[in-house]
Amino acid sequence: MDIHPKTLFEKIWDAHVVRPESSDTPAVLYIDLHLVHEVTSPQAFTQLRERGLKVRRPDRTLATMDHSTPTTPRNAHGIIPVLDTQAAAQIEQLTRNCKDFGIPLYTLGTENQGIVHVIGPEQGLTQPGMTIVCGDSHTSTHGAFGALAFGIGTSEVAHVLATQCLLQNKPRTCAVRVDGRLQPGVSAKDIILAIIAQNGVGGGTGYVFEYTGEAIRALSMEERMTICNMSIEGGARAGMVAPDDITFEYVAGRPYAPQGAAWDAAVARWRTLPTDEGATYDHVITLNASTLTPMITYGTNPGMGIPITGTIPDPMSLSDPSARIALDKALQYMDLRPGERLIGHPVDVVFLGSCTNSRISDLRLAATVLQGRKIAPNVRMLVVPGSQQVKKHAEAEGLHEIFTAAGAEWREAGCSMCIAMNGDELRPGQYAISTSNRNFEGRQGKGGRTFLASPLTAVATAINGCVTDPRELLETV
Amino acid sequence: MEPITAFQGKIVALPIENIDTDQIIPARYLKVTDKNGLAEGLFYNWRYNADGTLNPDFVLNRPEAQEAQILIAGNNFGCGSSREHAPWALQGYGFKAVISTYFADIFRNNALKNGLLPVVVDTETYDQLVSLWEEEPGTTITIDLANQTLTLPDGRQVDFPIDRFAKYCLLNGVDQLGFLQQQEPSIVAYETAHTAAYSTIK
Repeated sequence: MDIHPKTLFEKIWDAHVVRPESSDTPAVLYIDLHLVHEVTSPQAFTQLRERGLKVRRPDRTLATMDHSTPTTPRNAHGIIPVLDTQAAAQIEQLTRNCKDFGIPLYTLGTENQGIVHVIGPEQGLTQPGMTIVCGDSHTSTHGAFGALAFGIGTSEVAHVLATQCLLQNKPRTCAVRVDGRLQPGVSAKDIILAIIAQNGVGGGTGYVFEYTGEAIRALSMEERMTICNMSIEGGARAGMVAPDDITFEYVAGRPYAPQGAAWDAAVARWRTLPTDEGATYDHVITLNASTLTPMITYGTNPGMGIPITGTIPDPMSLSDPSARIALDKALQYMDLRPGERLIGHPVDVVFLGSCTNSRISDLRLAATVLQGRKIAPNVRMLVVPGSQQVKKHAEAEGLHEIFTAAGAEWREAGCSMCIAMNGDELRPGQYAISTSNRNFEGRQGKGGRTFLASPLTAVATAINGCVTDPRELLETV
Repeated sequence: MEPITAFQGKIVALPIENIDTDQIIPARYLKVTDKNGLAEGLFYNWRYNADGTLNPDFVLNRPEAQEAQILIAGNNFGCGSSREHAPWALQGYGFKAVISTYFADIFRNNALKNGLLPVVVDTETYDQLVSLWEEEPGTTITIDLANQTLTLPDGRQVDFPIDRFAKYCLLNGVDQLGFLQQQEPSIVAYETAHTAAYSTIK
């Protein structure tokens, strides 16, 4: 019997080793769930066809359409028209690939379609202890359930399609301990933005993060997903949270969750997953949630973040020339100056959506603040639910009416303006406050400028038309 | 895949840290279903002005950078998305290697799968290479994968690390999918032992 204390990561890794790492070869790791979307899969299916290979486990593979799909309204026949011919071809290709290889597919506009990292948890497919991959770096989202989940490239998509396995070198572990309790107006998004601001966008390279501590335990599943989602923005391919009663309650009753005796057996197994007492991590970083304020980014990577009341740093204060050039270039792109505050800075667009913050709890929170209010007349606000299921629930609660009454656009589900592949994009020079995960140059449209923030900060900003500390508004809710 | 051994190539330096995959290839170029034509999108927003004309100030547009095969870039090159279009675009443009102080994990994996060498050097060597480009633009260096060395114009050699298995595959033109397929008996054994672990999808 193995009595060596193990971390959550080590337990899942060890349980999925098909062939151990040797001095000459990486480990062969079994993958329980493979999620597929239209953008990173076509060349993988081509490789399978060229070699005459089948998909080994179509029953452990699920495809959806999200990245290049429009979020514009349905036509008279209830169909969401795809006007971009390249996107249409890509969508059609995924449909054909899934049909030819027998993979279940949630096609555009159907009841379970949505952002790949929203639908896995929603369907109960994402469960503790699993290995989950997808050709998308935000696969780290699923780690919120105590799963080992990470993004892979298209070559690796082909590997998993053909063999249900990946060749992997074992990553190192890093505990990210968040102590204390969040203050009102400060949210999970602010925790992860603060972690990345503190440790940089490369700080987690080579590591799997495990988020621990009182503040993490107090979070809901959807808040934990927000945090794990952005692990990759800190350089970590995967981020995880040990499963607990909050996790089990969220999974219970979902379409693919185990039922009856199988459920009890699953929960008993899942309860053995948390890191053993005495287990050690390769690295530990800490953060105190009690002293956190709402965060916002000012630059062109998610590590360029400050407390919303803070000022923009000076490139001249950096000693490393490559870092100085990067910050200088970022401020030029953003047309911002060192020492400036962002509070009061006008914005043109507010984007509420993405795999980071487009779940029902995000929409409920935003609607609570927007209820009875209007967004500023100079602002365009897009509200993009993460999935058709989220959209349906929000509409059943009347949230869409609150958004439209406030002057926002209520749209179909998809990645939308997070990646700007579908026509939802900023115009050059526009400023957006966005609940998404990346503020890279041009990410939300060529020449567009992004401030990343929480849904609460985004909504407060929409109301005032300029960057606003959401705590101001809470006092009057 | 063609085996890679040693090659000599012109260098070009982009000494900026955290160059993300959205800069390497903007998302609007990802609406393809093959690997062709991606070089057109490489660093598009930096290579071209807003009106579509070539940006003469961008380093890749300088005459000395033409036909460069080795890109030297600041730390954490390739951070951001998992798009394998990034190494495909770099290769399509003519690059055979990228040298940095470290690479983002997914980018490094993707590069190795395609024979684009991610060469990790220490900060001192990185600084020397950037200076070399600034002082002698158009100069060449040699990368020897078998011996894991860079050779600078003055004959100095610098060792670099590389994953052993990836090196074996690149030197011999072996593809990793083939290796995984050979693991079939172990995969079957694993599946047999773990049949009931998780729900399958209907």
